[in-house]
Amino acid sequence: MTDISMSQPSGSYTVNRKFDITSAEAQGRIRSRYRAEARFKSYGLLALGITSVFVVILLADVFVRGLPAFWQHRLVLDVPVAADAFGAPGSVDAAAIRGGDYYPVTKAALAKAIPGIESRSAERQLNRLLSTGAPDILRETLVADPSLIGKTVKVPLLLSDDADLYFKGAGSKIVSRVPRGIATPSGVTGEVTVLTASNDFADELATIKRALSVRAGGVEREAGRLQRSPDKANQARAVELLEVAKALRARAEQPRGEEPLDADIPSVLVEINGGLVKATKLSDSAITGEVLLPLKSADEAKPANWKIVTYVTPEANRKVNDQEAAFLERLRSLGVVESGFNWRFFTSGDSREPELAGIRGALVGTALTLLVTLALCLPLGVGAAVYLEEFAPKNRLTDLVEVNINNLAAVPSIVFGLLGLAVFLNFFGLPRSAPLVGGLVLALLVLPTIIIASRAALRSVPPSIKEAALGVGASHQQAIFHHVLPLAMPGIMTGTIIGMAHALGETAPLLMIGMIAFIVDVPQSFVESATVMPVQIYLWSDLPEQAFQAKTAAAIIVLLGFLFVMNGLAIWLRKRFERRW
Amino acid sequence: MNSRMISLSAAAAVVGSIAFAGAAVARDQIRIVGSSTVYPFTTAVAEQFGKSGGGKTPVVESTGTGGGFKLFCAGVGVGHPDVSNASRAIKKGEFEDCQKNGVKDVVEIKVGIDGLVLAQSKAGPSLTLTRKQVFQAMAEMVPDKDGNLVANPYKNWSDIDAGLPNIKIEVLGPPPTSGTRDSFHELYLEKGAEGFDSLKSLKKSDAKAFDKVWKSIRKDGAYVEAGENDNVIVQKLEANKNAVGIFGFSFLEENISKLKGAKVEGVEPDYDSISSGKFKGARPLFVYVKKQHVGVIPGLDKFVAEYVSDKAISKDGYLARKGLVAMPKEEAAKVAEAAKSMKTLSADLVN
Repeated sequence: MTDISMSQPSGSYTVNRKFDITSAEAQGRIRSRYRAEARFKSYGLLALGITSVFVVILLADVFVRGLPAFWQHRLVLDVPVAADAFGAPGSVDAAAIRGGDYYPVTKAALAKAIPGIESRSAERQLNRLLSTGAPDILRETLVADPSLIGKTVKVPLLLSDDADLYFKGAGSKIVSRVPRGIATPSGVTGEVTVLTASNDFADELATIKRALSVRAGGVEREAGRLQRSPDKANQARAVELLEVAKALRARAEQPRGEEPLDADIPSVLVEINGGLVKATKLSDSAITGEVLLPLKSADEAKPANWKIVTYVTPEANRKVNDQEAAFLERLRSLGVVESGFNWRFFTSGDSREPELAGIRGALVGTALTLLVTLALCLPLGVGAAVYLEEFAPKNRLTDLVEVNINNLAAVPSIVFGLLGLAVFLNFFGLPRSAPLVGGLVLALLVLPTIIIASRAALRSVPPSIKEAALGVGASHQQAIFHHVLPLAMPGIMTGTIIGMAHALGETAPLLMIGMIAFIVDVPQSFVESATVMPVQIYLWSDLPEQAFQAKTAAAIIVLLGFLFVMNGLAIWLRKRFERRW
Repeated sequence: MNSRMISLSAAAAVVGSIAFAGAAVARDQIRIVGSSTVYPFTTAVAEQFGKSGGGKTPVVESTGTGGGFKLFCAGVGVGHPDVSNASRAIKKGEFEDCQKNGVKDVVEIKVGIDGLVLAQSKAGPSLTLTRKQVFQAMAEMVPDKDGNLVANPYKNWSDIDAGLPNIKIEVLGPPPTSGTRDSFHELYLEKGAEGFDSLKSLKKSDAKAFDKVWKSIRKDGAYVEAGENDNVIVQKLEANKNAVGIFGFSFLEENISKLKGAKVEGVEPDYDSISSGKFKGARPLFVYVKKQHVGVIPGLDKFVAEYVSDKAISKDGYLARKGLVAMPKEEAAKVAEAAKSMKTLSADLVN
């Protein structure tokens, strides 16, 4: 048994204590201490692990949703521009080209790509596949080179959001198979019947019958439920439903016969003679339906020359109907659909059309707002910190100021918005929605953070520096401004950038001063209406269009990028200028 | 200290621009405030207006109907908004507020109809509800067999009516701050409550107590406040096939691949049934215009004309594609006529 004895010579008495470190109990105590430490470490690791998993899930979710929004589908078409499209040939000026009506031009281009569409509703559906901003590139091309008028120009035309989503995979699984018999269509447009020599549609008919019996089951269940209801009307309804179910069952069980198709079951189409027919009625050996894409001829087609195509997702369950899907598939097979980087997302302002909406306005608004915030916060914050830390007398008043600065840092941000509304808008009469006011409000919000960070940075400069300066005859002010402040600058910068990053993510205070708004024009000055990135994200997330969900995630990615750059800058500044003593 | 000089001069510039901005008065841009329900439609009109060269694209703020009227009625002049969106008609108090602050001439324009639907996942069992049943499922206090008010005892839909599926009542809807929530109370719960004889007589004897019955929603977890964002409700419905969500028809239409609407009083919520008024959960949407600003703010009259034009609010118009349900043709024509002549609202028409 070893005893370590320790003597403490100071003072008038000596303490002799024996430390037991080898006995079994002592070993046990040591082991339990090690265990406690290991436990603590594992808690830490667990906590870190859980947070990282959440961060990874969040980021993965945002990126998976958002990345497709950075790509966009366009139609690269030969657009014939009529010589007299924008006024009499020869007398066309830039203003006329800019203000011209492009609908007839793009319509002609589409009609050239998919000829033979006669019905007005089909024609309208075809033209609606293009975005309302489709002719923008064409317009710029023509303004740049008016000599192209009267010629055919090959330009990309932007697709609408639904068409874009279709190509991004929101459409339907398409199955096609080659039949056995020879098919004969009865016409080339309108309603036609396609007859086959063998029972080529038997499989499709069986699928429909199965769907019918499933539907009958659903109706029977509902009827059963209604029968249990004490309500007379429900009882009557149940009887009706049972009749419906019976009829459905009868249809399902009948082996042959003609069955109508509807939007709740997969669509059956026939691709024949360069056209496409959508079945509305189907039997073993024939379909009757409407022509979606006109046939070239009504000749017989050999088994290798015609196909049965099924759009597996029922029409009622998708945004793009069969006619539109047929057009889009045709355009894809023509090879005119092109996917390109969505530059527009970075060059245009907000829009109600998802495919046209961009974040330029919000980015510029954010930059302007943060500029105002920075210009106000940095000098005020650093000045206040220097005064409080180095010059202010220590009395009740400065204590009070100090406590209040710390309190202000914890005030909910909406309160600053209310203050901004009352003071800047109502009292000073500044314009609503302006980056200037937003910047002022956010400056109030981050000022306490900057003061606190700056004071900490000033305090961390060793007093010896200041004392040396004072010792060689510098005034107090000189000592501070020439020596202490430059050395504290990295810490102040870090604090400022973190404060700015905080301001970058705020929306609540901006609600009150009118920056939660739809603003199309990219702001040019501090007093023009503007919005900021987080507000843009909030506004997009609330819109019903599916494509805006992707835009929302894409905007979040851009905002995260902005934040990473700012935080990276803070780290770089610290590394670059930091000095250790 | 160079950086200090820069920041000082920047601060000076900011102070200078404050002084300058304070002096600026004229405004050449229409300013719109109000309901977040009407926001998707008014923004579409604003964008179209800006594109067609009528003037600068108006700024549309999303403040909520009540907040919008507060700003709208605060006064006349360039510092106050020109148009207010509303998902309900203006209230008497708000109208009086307007009058008091000098906003004498207010033009009310009904722009279309919004269906408030109860939607569920396509995978879930179909619900066919009456407003009475919705009331029974959602209200905090419901009448029992003898007509006495008791705390809501219903746990499953089948407890209310054996004809309804035997699944837990789980409804996701907007929080009380939302205008959609107000509409849900008025369209479903008030009408549902009136379906009970005992509550009908309560309405006659004690209107306040009756109001309390239909204005309180149950708090035992069957009604979940899912936040202002309707897309969140849509996502939750996809995940939970037994849940029911409350939101505007445009969200049902956009997500028709995943969701279906519950029939109310036997009527499926679709475009035609809402437009014709057959679907009972429908409410009109309004836009209020300050007539005194016409001629002062350039383009305001043109903006109104764009809003009521055929290419915007008709059945084939671009607003219909954004999910707004158009009014019947004759009514739309009447609205357009009144809007063009800027017929102002008189106090006796407001309640």
